[in-house]
Amino acid sequence: MRTIFFILQKEFLQIFRNRSMLPIIFAMPVVQLLVLAFAANYEIKNLSIDVVDHDGGTWSRQLRDKLTASGYFSLYHQSANTAQAMEDLETGGADLILTIPRHFERDLVRENEVRVQLLVNAINGSKAGLAAGYASSIINDFNRRIRLDWLALDEDDAPAHFDVSYRYWYNPDMNYKYFMVPGILVVLVTMIGAFLSGMNIVKEKEMGTIEQLNVTPIRKIHFITGKLLPFWIIALFELAFGLTVGKLVFHLPVVGNIGWVFLFASVYLLVMLGLGLLISTFTDTQQQSMFITWFFLIIFVLMSGLFTPIESMPPWAQKITLFNPVAYFVKVIRMVMLKGSGWADIRYYLGVMLVFAVVLNGIAVWNYRKTV
Amino acid sequence: MNNYSIVTKDLTKRFGSFTATDAITFEVGQGEIFGFLGANGAGKTTAMRMLCGLLKPSSGEAKVAGYDIYTQTEQIKKRIGYMSQKFSLYEDLTVKENIRFYGGIYGLSNQQIKEKTHALLDRLQLEKEARQLVSSLPLGWKQKLSFSIALLHDPSIVFLDEPTGGVDPITRRQFWDLIYESADKGVTIFVTTHYMDEAEYCNRISIMVDGKIKALDTPAGLKKQFNAESMNDVFLQLARAKS
Repeated sequence: MRTIFFILQKEFLQIFRNRSMLPIIFAMPVVQLLVLAFAANYEIKNLSIDVVDHDGGTWSRQLRDKLTASGYFSLYHQSANTAQAMEDLETGGADLILTIPRHFERDLVRENEVRVQLLVNAINGSKAGLAAGYASSIINDFNRRIRLDWLALDEDDAPAHFDVSYRYWYNPDMNYKYFMVPGILVVLVTMIGAFLSGMNIVKEKEMGTIEQLNVTPIRKIHFITGKLLPFWIIALFELAFGLTVGKLVFHLPVVGNIGWVFLFASVYLLVMLGLGLLISTFTDTQQQSMFITWFFLIIFVLMSGLFTPIESMPPWAQKITLFNPVAYFVKVIRMVMLKGSGWADIRYYLGVMLVFAVVLNGIAVWNYRKTV
Repeated sequence: MNNYSIVTKDLTKRFGSFTATDAITFEVGQGEIFGFLGANGAGKTTAMRMLCGLLKPSSGEAKVAGYDIYTQTEQIKKRIGYMSQKFSLYEDLTVKENIRFYGGIYGLSNQQIKEKTHALLDRLQLEKEARQLVSSLPLGWKQKLSFSIALLHDPSIVFLDEPTGGVDPITRRQFWDLIYESADKGVTIFVTTHYMDEAEYCNRISIMVDGKIKALDTPAGLKKQFNAESMNDVFLQLARAKS
């Protein structure tokens, strides 16, 4: 025990003496939260739309106004010139084109049927889908109004139809940041856990000090504990710090007991530290260790459900995510913070984490050779 | 047997088909300064690493401080000091912090650490630099500090792997004063070096060529045996005979 204490003391001295450490600990969470939470935003607003109005009547003007008044669309160009609109779409100035045909008003009245055309730039598929969805629902609504007006009926006498009413549970305002911030906190904790711990051990190899330690009676397990524990503590501190920033800046709701998040994080970190340790046993320089850690983390993060839902991944990819610790933590932190999940809901995931931790650390310790 | 710090018999280390250390046999007495010479790649470091418990031998036997190097490496580690050719104190810790760390992991009590720190700083005249980062010290001072820290837990044997590489002659002289001081207290010194003047300071010397010990005697004895003026001639005769 006393040996671990001396190692810990040395580690903390070195960590806090390292000029780049303090900025990493305090600036990284703030920058990540502020930049990523605002940038990784899937709400679509201010799509620019070109309206090519070949009709020029009252109704076509009303339709246009209704679109722009919705808040989703802003009018980029209004013309009767298709070529101009196509050019806007090509240069990226416009996201979609609404073409209102000639005799729009007349055909609507006379023939009871008219077609408008929507052209959507679909380079970004999900954005295009949303744009088309918003636009068609507005047009449909407009369509219904027209028929009511035309038939001069009261709303009550309107032909039977049903409306679907939505209520968004767990994140009623559909605030995207509430969804993203907890996930970003996971990335933050992961970086500290996996990157720094692995690099810290490899640094001893690089400096040659590991050889000196190897001739001392230090035991494997003491050395590893002393090396990993500081990052376990720092990462948990980071989580608390990040949560505070999230609370202050984004008014992040915490529906459940935050204690579950910390409990889960403390086990999750054992997994990440184990990963760092394992990588450090295979590598000789900090550079190698960094690249290999990066390789794993990029896969873990992209396949974690942080940015894209796991449910929409192909089945084989979904199977891979079963072995992705980051995916579990992203899921659990969102469950606890947004939905208020408790012990009964998270214990399965916690169990999985424990298994991961034991397996990874087991392999790492086994592979860590004291005799070089 | 009890008077010997190190005893080896046919100690061999192979890396694949390459034999780095080929059946070396020697004894080192308690309190002796034993010089371990040889050209680069002759197998010195491999032999030393086996004796320190850093490397498992392929065959042969050896005892260090009375303990077997196959099965009792933990006991050996408590009783040896080691100073590698690569400087291995923590550059980002101060002199005092380094002493405290190594004292701590060798299991010294806080009281012992305090006393030893004081004595060590006093002997090296480093009181003023005690709170400076080790990285700011000149190389010679670092090496003296390294050596003293290797002795912190009162080991019975110290292994020095080219301890004076790149150090100026005056500091080297001072370094050897420290070595003599320790040897007088009964510490066995096992040292590798490339400096032939340093070889003359040793009680006995072995010279390794291609993994084998080709000569082993006192410096005077070796010069007589090879009919040479200096240790340099002895070394050149042996190393050249190889090619």
